[in-house]
Amino acid sequence: MIQAPIPDAAALRALVQPSRVHRSVYSDPALFELEMQRLWGRAWLFVAHDSQLKKPGDFITTRLAREPVIVVRQDDGSVKVLINRCTHRGALVCAEECGNAKRFVCCYHGWAFRPNGDLIGVPVPDGYEKGFDARKARDLGLAEVARVASYRGFVFASLSPTGPSLEDHLGYIRTSIDDLVDRAPDGEVEIAGGVFKHTYDGNWKLTIENHIDTVHPRFVHASSVAVANAQTVDPHTDGAGDIGRRQMRQNGMPPDIWEKLGVWTTGRGHVFMGDYHDDKKLVTANADPVNAEYRRRLAVRVGEERMQKILSVQRFNTIIYPNVSFMSQFGQFRVVHPISVDRTAVFAYVFRFKGAPDEMFRRSIAFANVVNGTGSLVLTDDLETYGRVQAGLGAQGSEWVDLSRGADRDVVDQPGVNRGATGTSEIGMRHQLSAWVDYMTAEG
Amino acid sequence: MDLAAITAFLVEEGRLIDERRLDEWLALYTEETSYWLPIKPDQTSPHDHISLVYDDRMLLELRVQRLQRPDMHAQTPVSRTFHMIGNVTAEAAADGTVAVHSKQVVGEYRSNRQRIHLATMVHVLVPAGPSYRIRSKRVDLLNCDADHDGIVILF
Repeated sequence: MIQAPIPDAAALRALVQPSRVHRSVYSDPALFELEMQRLWGRAWLFVAHDSQLKKPGDFITTRLAREPVIVVRQDDGSVKVLINRCTHRGALVCAEECGNAKRFVCCYHGWAFRPNGDLIGVPVPDGYEKGFDARKARDLGLAEVARVASYRGFVFASLSPTGPSLEDHLGYIRTSIDDLVDRAPDGEVEIAGGVFKHTYDGNWKLTIENHIDTVHPRFVHASSVAVANAQTVDPHTDGAGDIGRRQMRQNGMPPDIWEKLGVWTTGRGHVFMGDYHDDKKLVTANADPVNAEYRRRLAVRVGEERMQKILSVQRFNTIIYPNVSFMSQFGQFRVVHPISVDRTAVFAYVFRFKGAPDEMFRRSIAFANVVNGTGSLVLTDDLETYGRVQAGLGAQGSEWVDLSRGADRDVVDQPGVNRGATGTSEIGMRHQLSAWVDYMTAEG
Repeated sequence: MDLAAITAFLVEEGRLIDERRLDEWLALYTEETSYWLPIKPDQTSPHDHISLVYDDRMLLELRVQRLQRPDMHAQTPVSRTFHMIGNVTAEAAADGTVAVHSKQVVGEYRSNRQRIHLATMVHVLVPAGPSYRIRSKRVDLLNCDADHDGIVILF
């Protein structure tokens, strides 16, 4: 097989220009391989939330870039991320999605590992040389992912032993995680109610770009906006339809609403956008009885003034580059898993605010079904669009993707935080791609 | 209770989808119906857990109306569908409803790609004149908890 030479830093930089990006960034399999090493192999990636790992031995299996990993709670309360590969002949040592384990035993020849990765059992040891026990202890434990750190219960890992700390990586965007956690009356959030796993024929970047794209809803979601607006006589609803229809109508807000939104970039590819809901049931600042009870419970813990401050934060989607997209108000949390240059899986979770009324969580579930669901009236048109974009980007006759909306007009909001000149600026995509260049051209 | 008539009812329901007579399909459902595709086997609640689809009457009407719009991108071009229905059993309840279990093979063809969905369905029917209407429908896909591309067809 003929291998194309790895592009040098200058060639990589040339792919991302101030207001346009070369299509190969989305479509070239060789660049995807390089991304897996240099970007996904270096970046802090979200791997788990504390609520999935409540007690020692609790584990989940997932992927870190393309590495199969076991994320497991240790006896001392710390979290380790282990490569899910037997050090003998390479089989996955854990085939469960989650559970509690005192040890992981390989199905192939029975090698057994502690939750900290130590190899503790090798059946039929007679065939091994003298000194095998020492090698077993030294070299044959499950490989451990280089760095693991967490912020307020959100566990991230990096396959690279070097690089900025998680704290430095997050920087200002940590305030979006604060926004999510602070909303819980008991001061904690937990993943609850299942996970959507949806896939599409497109590059991973298409999701995290689309989630901060404030122009697309009126076009991509035109059909759901139209039917939701046309439904003037209310059919029966048990609450699910009511939440869903409000969100669909909201996607059809007129252009001036979108223009008034903010889109902010905070460094290292992170982006958040302002909220676009003026619907009184979708925001917490209102007299809806469920929200009133929620506000009361929040105020009991933090006080009235702090409660007002917490709920005054109006953010819709936040991107923690490269693998997280979430929104706080309904606890929607999406994790991006690249499969290949033109195939991606997105896992969508719901966070429950501990201490909030049960009905609030049910609204989050209804919102998830309509916005992030596999059979959603909204998401399915996004997935279709990603596929069409990917197919179009394969065309060789037109080389560039235009991202010039709002270019050269970005506003410095505070040190390290920039804001798009308008709510529909493509500042967020440009920022993500500048982070892409930084990762792809970094030494080491 | 006439199992042949109930089976014919299910076959007709599938035919309405396959022939894209969607308003007629919707008319089979009661005014307080629910249409549910759980995302995990043995899922007990559509309210405390996410679902592949959970529609009350309000959402189901929007779903059906959207499927008939030319600007529904995920159905441009439209899917052809194929319902094959078997293993039908029915059990009458004291309140006059009938719980109907069936196995269905639902094929879908769109844009050069064919998908096969295998489903265990439970319809709760209420008698309506000479026939029935659907008070609730539960569709358990064999691979409900797998990774899925978007699901847009009716089951």
